[in-house]
Amino acid sequence: MEPIKRFGGSMVALPINDIDTDQIIPARYLKVTDKAGLGAAAFSDWRYNADGTPKADFPLNQPQYQGAKVLIAGHNFGCGSSREHAPWALMGAGIRAVVSTYFADIFKGNSLKNGLLPIIVDEPTQQQLISLAQEDPTAEVVVDLEAQTLTLPDGRAVTFPVDPFSRYCLLNGVDQLGFLLGLDDEAKAYESAHPARVLTTA
Amino acid sequence: MSAKTLFEKVWNAHLVRPQTPDTPAVLYIDLHLVHEVTSPQAFTQLRERGLKVRRPDKTLGTMDHSTPTTPRGADGLIPVTDVQAAAQLDVMTKNCTDFGIPLYQLGTQNQGIVHVIGPEQGLTQPGMTIVCGDSHTSTHGAFGALAFGIGTSEVAHVLATQTLLQNQPKTMEIRVNGTLHAGVTAKDIILAIIAKIGVGGGTGYVLEYTGSAIRALSMEGRMTICNMSIEGGARAGMIAPDETTFQYVAGKPYAPKGADWDAAVAHWRTLPTDEGATYDTLVELNADDLVPMITYGTNPGMGMRITDRVPDPASLSDYSAKVALDKALTYMGLQPNEPLLGKKVDVVFIGSCTNSRIGDLREAAKFIQGRKVADGVRVMVVPGSQRVKAQAEAEGLDRIFREAGAEWREAGCSMCIAMNGDQLAPGQYAVSTSNRNFEGRQGKGGRTFLASPLTAAATAVAGVVTDPRTVTV
Ligand code: SF4
Repeated sequence: MEPIKRFGGSMVALPINDIDTDQIIPARYLKVTDKAGLGAAAFSDWRYNADGTPKADFPLNQPQYQGAKVLIAGHNFGCGSSREHAPWALMGAGIRAVVSTYFADIFKGNSLKNGLLPIIVDEPTQQQLISLAQEDPTAEVVVDLEAQTLTLPDGRAVTFPVDPFSRYCLLNGVDQLGFLLGLDDEAKAYESAHPARVLTTA
Repeated sequence: MSAKTLFEKVWNAHLVRPQTPDTPAVLYIDLHLVHEVTSPQAFTQLRERGLKVRRPDKTLGTMDHSTPTTPRGADGLIPVTDVQAAAQLDVMTKNCTDFGIPLYQLGTQNQGIVHVIGPEQGLTQPGMTIVCGDSHTSTHGAFGALAFGIGTSEVAHVLATQTLLQNQPKTMEIRVNGTLHAGVTAKDIILAIIAKIGVGGGTGYVLEYTGSAIRALSMEGRMTICNMSIEGGARAGMIAPDETTFQYVAGKPYAPKGADWDAAVAHWRTLPTDEGATYDTLVELNADDLVPMITYGTNPGMGMRITDRVPDPASLSDYSAKVALDKALTYMGLQPNEPLLGKKVDVVFIGSCTNSRIGDLREAAKFIQGRKVADGVRVMVVPGSQRVKAQAEAEGLDRIFREAGAEWREAGCSMCIAMNGDQLAPGQYAVSTSNRNFEGRQGKGGRTFLASPLTAAATAVAGVVTDPRTVTV
């Protein structure tokens, strides 16, 4: 995995609370066996008309928001289904960070494993970013994972929390599976101390 | 030894490595359930890295999400006509075969929804850690297991290492004392809880449901409650094991036998939360106050007493909540202050991992027996597993549903997630026993009212949203 340290980009706002993963990518797109092409399905039901043409008023379709890297959302982003297709679809659509006041647990974990940053800010900052994105689509923010800061166009930097282990992995391009594989001896020790009561092959 | 909660006991017993300031805990996983939709990319990752499945004997595959529930062909097989779904199921078969994982193939006697088959096989037992690439894995917490949904990256982690990296969540006690009135069910309890705490209220927590009303529930009712923990934002919900639990597990195919059974029960009796143990948060509800619940909006937190009227955005002070309610009512085609009782519906769906077990079907059948489904209403009854289906057929429930004019279908997730062709048409209204009323969840443009199997059955007969307490059985 490519290390992630710092990046800048413009924003697109979707000021809706409780955006669930069924909205991020509807279930009918989950019949795939790979991750390719999911970006086109991001927010599909909000983004396209019944005949498949893009809805002109949906922010992600508007010319001024093409190339946006940071999605500013309402409260509680990513609730519902555990589908990792949600961060895959967002990243496929060019999004590298989502800003909200809080995130659903599974979505947050899935995102961090894919290099999509869930950035938690307070409500005034969230509201300021929504207004900024709507008023000036060219306005850029800078995400610095090392410093754990989000710098607004006016130069104000707000800090955001990140799970230290996920941060370490992202900064260094370390993948979490590799880390777990390295603990094989400890897993073996656990297994010999805890014989299984249930075996599916029994 | 300090007093511990049920959650802490199960958590501590599965630590391969404790949490440190720099690293999450490494948790050992006793049972990993796998289905066709969230696993293919994980198996691909294993292949790319040349890895094996560490413990195929602690892994079980089933097919449920994208599978058709249409009748079997002359060959006795369930035909899969959707090319993409067929390809996904083929990949599932190949993955399980290549990696040595037992698989309940489509249409075979044990196949069914992943959260129905674990308990009915006796694979789900108290004190275990259970994961699946599916958020409703919380269901298994009804047995006093720590069970939660994971993403596909984590599916790969568990396949390859049987372990997971997890930060320890906080604990929330949800205490429900009192006694449920007739016509009020476990589904109404959990819908009332979610309406109270909101869809994000449980974020960061593991819930433990306690109190006399929870104790009085059957295992099926407890599963319904734990199932929807995730709709309150909590990855896991748990209920301490007791005699009801042991009785349910006893005699199941994978239940311990003989001396092993006695040892298991002795261990399970040590699991309930100790006197004096503390939770981070407490939420209380009184079962005596509950009536049947129904949702009116586009998330499971937008629920109300079935006798209430749809809330008015104008009455809300918080701007973003007002906008959210406005948006939800527009999608649902509902007016503020409108009653839902008497609202015409197009479809009634009885199914899903929330309410598709034999007890749910029995309750619904009791209502429908001797009556007819209302004109113009499509009623789909989808058993949670092939075993549930066989049991229901042995009891003649299928005949009751069919004679009333309902569809009796093959087992699977069906219209809960609408991946398999079972879906609402745009604008249609459904009363559904499933767990999610998100926009488009049951079909693009479809409108879902979540409710109990009793409310669903009463609505099926009346053709309009009906309070089950007003129908004499
Ligand atoms: S029945 Fe619905 S909620 Fe349950 S596992 Fe299937 S799709 Fe998910």
